[in-house]
Amino acid sequence: MNSERSILQNDADRSSTRDRQRTSSYDVESHATERAKPGLPSASAKKLARGLGWFSVGLGLAELLAPRAIANISGVPNARTGLIRLYGLRELAAGVMIFAQDNPTAGVWSRVAGDALDLASLGAAARSPNVNKGRLAFATANVVAVTALDVMCARQLTNGHHGIHAKASCMINRDPDEVYQFWRTFENLPRFMRHLQSVENLGDDRYHWVAKGPAGMQVEWDATIIADDPGKVITWRSLENADVDNAGAVRFERAPGGRGTILKVNIEYNPVGGVLGAAVAKLFGEEPEQQLDDDLRRFKQVLEVGEVVVSDATLFGTGYFEQRPAQPASADELERAEKLPSQTGTNYGSDYRAEGRMMQE
Amino acid sequence: MRANCWYGKTDVRVEEVPDPQILNQQDAIVKISSTAICGSDLHMYNGFIPTMKAGDVLGHEFMGEVVEVGREVRNLKIGDRVVVPFTISCGKCGFCRAQAFSLCENSNPNAWLAEKLLGHATCGIFGYSHMTGGFAGGQAEYARVPFADVGPIKVPKDLPDEQVLFLSDIYPTGYMGAEMCNIQPGDTIAIWGCGPVGQFSIRCAFLLGAERVIAIDKVPERLQMAEQGGAETINYEEENVYEKLMDMTGGRGPDSCIDDVGMEAHAPAPIFAYDRIKQALMLETDRPHALREAIMCCKNGGTISVIGVYAGFDDKFPMGSVMQRSLTIKTGQAHMQRYMRPLLEMIENGDIDPSFVVTHRLPLDEAPHGYDIFKNKRDNCIKVVLKPDWAGNGNGYVH
Repeated sequence: MNSERSILQNDADRSSTRDRQRTSSYDVESHATERAKPGLPSASAKKLARGLGWFSVGLGLAELLAPRAIANISGVPNARTGLIRLYGLRELAAGVMIFAQDNPTAGVWSRVAGDALDLASLGAAARSPNVNKGRLAFATANVVAVTALDVMCARQLTNGHHGIHAKASCMINRDPDEVYQFWRTFENLPRFMRHLQSVENLGDDRYHWVAKGPAGMQVEWDATIIADDPGKVITWRSLENADVDNAGAVRFERAPGGRGTILKVNIEYNPVGGVLGAAVAKLFGEEPEQQLDDDLRRFKQVLEVGEVVVSDATLFGTGYFEQRPAQPASADELERAEKLPSQTGTNYGSDYRAEGRMMQE
Repeated sequence: MRANCWYGKTDVRVEEVPDPQILNQQDAIVKISSTAICGSDLHMYNGFIPTMKAGDVLGHEFMGEVVEVGREVRNLKIGDRVVVPFTISCGKCGFCRAQAFSLCENSNPNAWLAEKLLGHATCGIFGYSHMTGGFAGGQAEYARVPFADVGPIKVPKDLPDEQVLFLSDIYPTGYMGAEMCNIQPGDTIAIWGCGPVGQFSIRCAFLLGAERVIAIDKVPERLQMAEQGGAETINYEEENVYEKLMDMTGGRGPDSCIDDVGMEAHAPAPIFAYDRIKQALMLETDRPHALREAIMCCKNGGTISVIGVYAGFDDKFPMGSVMQRSLTIKTGQAHMQRYMRPLLEMIENGDIDPSFVVTHRLPLDEAPHGYDIFKNKRDNCIKVVLKPDWAGNGNGYVH
């Protein structure tokens, strides 16, 4: 997957023939291009920009109306109040830029420039006598933190949708049509996708998805199928008001030599809590590509052997921090494991397995 | 139930743990009648296998009686007497279909851990770290056996445990080590390591048509057992292995060499200190002295069969010798299900009686003592069989 381009862009290219055949109220091409347009800010970056805008307005007013107090807090009691008022005007201007324009990118970049000026002024102040070193250091640390947020937000806004990309592939010893059919029945997905709780068919190619977010949150969204070429490709994307703005594509390729299907999955989403949230999640072992990889492994298990395979250690999941000792679980633990979707494996797939046809048999 | 649990370097304890339950519908629960300590268990006992967790139940050589089966089990029923292979295989994926059972793609839920270290994952293995799935092992009173239709082999009641127990690992493993040599009539096979797997490699090499087998070790009782199996022997602490082998083979070298030692080789040379220090500092995971020597000794165009266990990375690997002299390296965890049935037939035919290798029989409760004498080669220990239904008497072992 070319990271420069959106998944949907790719799939629009690939599935354009199919889309023309298909009667759908969705104009696939325009949807795809709109999303892929560079510079289209993601929802979370826009939200952050608005927050920064309010911060600009607040700080600007304070600097304008109470420059002496600002100087004291910052540990530079002898600073010229005129300069501080000027900086206040600058902050207000940045705030106005962020709120007045459809695209807040320029406003946030102007904040970055202002941060640089603030840091330079604080640095200069540090060399003069009569400063409160402790307060100055505290003020500087705050400006550095805000600068980091500004830079991150500005970059996200500039680069357009800065969602998380995850891709994974695996080979499944089944015919592409069968693999497609199983995936296309989206209600099946929670059987092997650990973070999915349910998928409900709303009709008209729309589905309601419920997933577990980080820190026990629950996130929901409606998604629609964009391209659907039986035995070859399925793509979907979330609709307005999604908790997690996301899109995905699954391709089914016939593997050479009767080896079954090469399954390729690309998923793109704007994580809960933005990029910062994703970084924190990563610290706790929630690595999106790893999760997708494990999900596909379980998908393969369900299709090839009829159930999700569980070991003593992986009763609660395969993540590093989820491992139990390789020792039989107690009744309590088993009861807890029963409640986790796609983990116990006890209730999966026998129906499918019974009718399933193995290849190379 | 009672189970032998790993708690750290040279720290194993027999403890009360919950009884195993059916977790997947293709599982069976086996009540264990005999279980053995494997040389590869010592790699964990010595702390060289990554991804272990305190409380892991050890053991991958076991047999017993089926006491419970999952809904989807077709070939086994309650009361069947079975030997369970150490590897767990689904029987359905591309690799199982190709008889490469130890490469099964579906039996290792922790595949990602193995991928980090090995690039790709292998099958699940009982009681052998989390990297191989995190399945509780068989040094216990009961074990849960996934894919019960694929792994366990039914054994006739008239064969005693000790004759069939080693179908679980060391007999097929030793056999595959010899088979990978592609032995031709008249061949001379050199075997590094006369532990239990080495002993089986010696006997299987002869069964596969080798004319001479030369076995290399330093432990007198192991060399003696090798001689009982028909091998000529070299004590590497007394003789220079390369010179002796060249002397015995007219300077050409053995036709094939089997490494039955693996990652914790000993050597009476400075290279041992070098490897041991790097291993302790975690700069390499393995001490591949036996493998290096096997490569240097092998004849031009010969085959190196590596059946001893390696875990990670190896230093000073003589790739030049392998390339320049057209050597072939064959290796792998034994593809158990490929061998268990034909090897059982060889036992039934009286071609081989695997019980020769057993030196110690202990109650399960004395597993820690068993590990100690096996690791330190005390009391002429070569192979320990643990009996879960014997009561421990607290004073060592029952001979």
